[in-house]
Amino acid sequence: MGVIGQNELLFLLQGLKWTLLLSAIGFIGGGLFGLIIALARTSAHSALRKSAAGYISVFQGTPLLMQLFVVYYGIALLGVSIEAWVAVAIAFTLHASAFLGEIWRGGIQAIPKGQSEAANALGLHYVSRMKDVVLPQALKVSLPATVGFLVQLIKGTSLAAIVGFIELARAGQIVSNQTYRPLLVFGIVGAIYFVICWPLSLYGAQLEKRMAKAAR
Amino acid sequence: MNYVLDFSVVFEKMPDLLVAALATIGLALAGMSLALVIGVIGVAARTSNIRPLRAAVIAFVEVVRNTPFLVQIFFIFFALPMMGIRLNPTVTAIIALAINGGAYAIEIIRGGVDSVHKGQVEAGLALGLHKAQVFRLIVLKPALRAIYPSLTSQFIMLTLTTSVCTSIAAYELTSVAQIIESDTFRSFEVYFTITLMYLAISWMMMGLFALISRHFFNYPMR
Repeated sequence: MGVIGQNELLFLLQGLKWTLLLSAIGFIGGGLFGLIIALARTSAHSALRKSAAGYISVFQGTPLLMQLFVVYYGIALLGVSIEAWVAVAIAFTLHASAFLGEIWRGGIQAIPKGQSEAANALGLHYVSRMKDVVLPQALKVSLPATVGFLVQLIKGTSLAAIVGFIELARAGQIVSNQTYRPLLVFGIVGAIYFVICWPLSLYGAQLEKRMAKAAR
Repeated sequence: MNYVLDFSVVFEKMPDLLVAALATIGLALAGMSLALVIGVIGVAARTSNIRPLRAAVIAFVEVVRNTPFLVQIFFIFFALPMMGIRLNPTVTAIIALAINGGAYAIEIIRGGVDSVHKGQVEAGLALGLHKAQVFRLIVLKPALRAIYPSLTSQFIMLTLTTSVCTSIAAYELTSVAQIIESDTFRSFEVYFTITLMYLAISWMMMGLFALISRHFFNYPMR
């Protein structure tokens, strides 16, 4: 059995860097694209609403691992040669956009209709009605669920390991194969994920509690 | 280079894929049932008077919910043999799914139990019911109804998560697809096809859950 020394820990931290980077790209890219999905899902045009609903239900009805595989090999088919991490990042962005789109749709629809009617009566057009009136409130309402999804996304980036991308989980696999100490290595890897995800989960739960109190 | 899509190799293997899809459904059902058992036992322990027991359940839920399933399944896969337990990968996968799903089930069921008014429990006790009877008759059924939507969507998630069990070579749809892929090199075709199969499975389950809900919870709320 090998020892888990400085080199092994450094290798895991290298993996962690990619886990954080992939999560950040997925969350920001997915957030921007998800906003469009949420707006399409709540738009006045039924064709837009239906395509957004279809997009969401396909991504919520298939495993994240399959989304990774299909995007990864699909991009290769197009003849575009991009680096592996870009393909994986695109897959996480699409995945996150569907889930965030659905969460924010809920937020938008939770805002009383009178709000947008009043904005309309004041002569605000669609963009400022959304940007200044509806969305700030909607995003606030959806904040606990958004934080909850961020935790899901960080955990989800571990699946990039199955595609062969070296992030934290894959780095753990490699170190485990080299040192023959799977329990120790996966224990450390699990602990790293926990240290990142747990505070976020607590924050989300706290937000939820505060909002439930405010609603009473 | 012009790549020509060719699904014929995938269609040739369709019988294998369909059997594997059934295995996926079986894996999911086994995982769900055990997760539900863990959920109910966990909530009973979570609300018990024994403080270490409560703390243990809380720790279990938080650890499982804040670490990736992939890491959990690897950990269990290597931990069981060290404890002298040798199981095939598919059984190991069921255990991992049950543990993961169980933690979520505990959280969801606890939310449902909390939603039952305390006065109802006191009324049940005042009527001379046993603690166990109160739990079963007064707490569990209304709670089940309250948690049904989140519990069933968690079940769908669990079904989709079974695909990760390919990482320990459990027998299910994704691992069979990976074997076909390495035989045929038709990666996109294979994964695209089984993605549609997963979609069909989860839509079927959603339909079934909606049907069950209409049958069992069709009495008025109050």
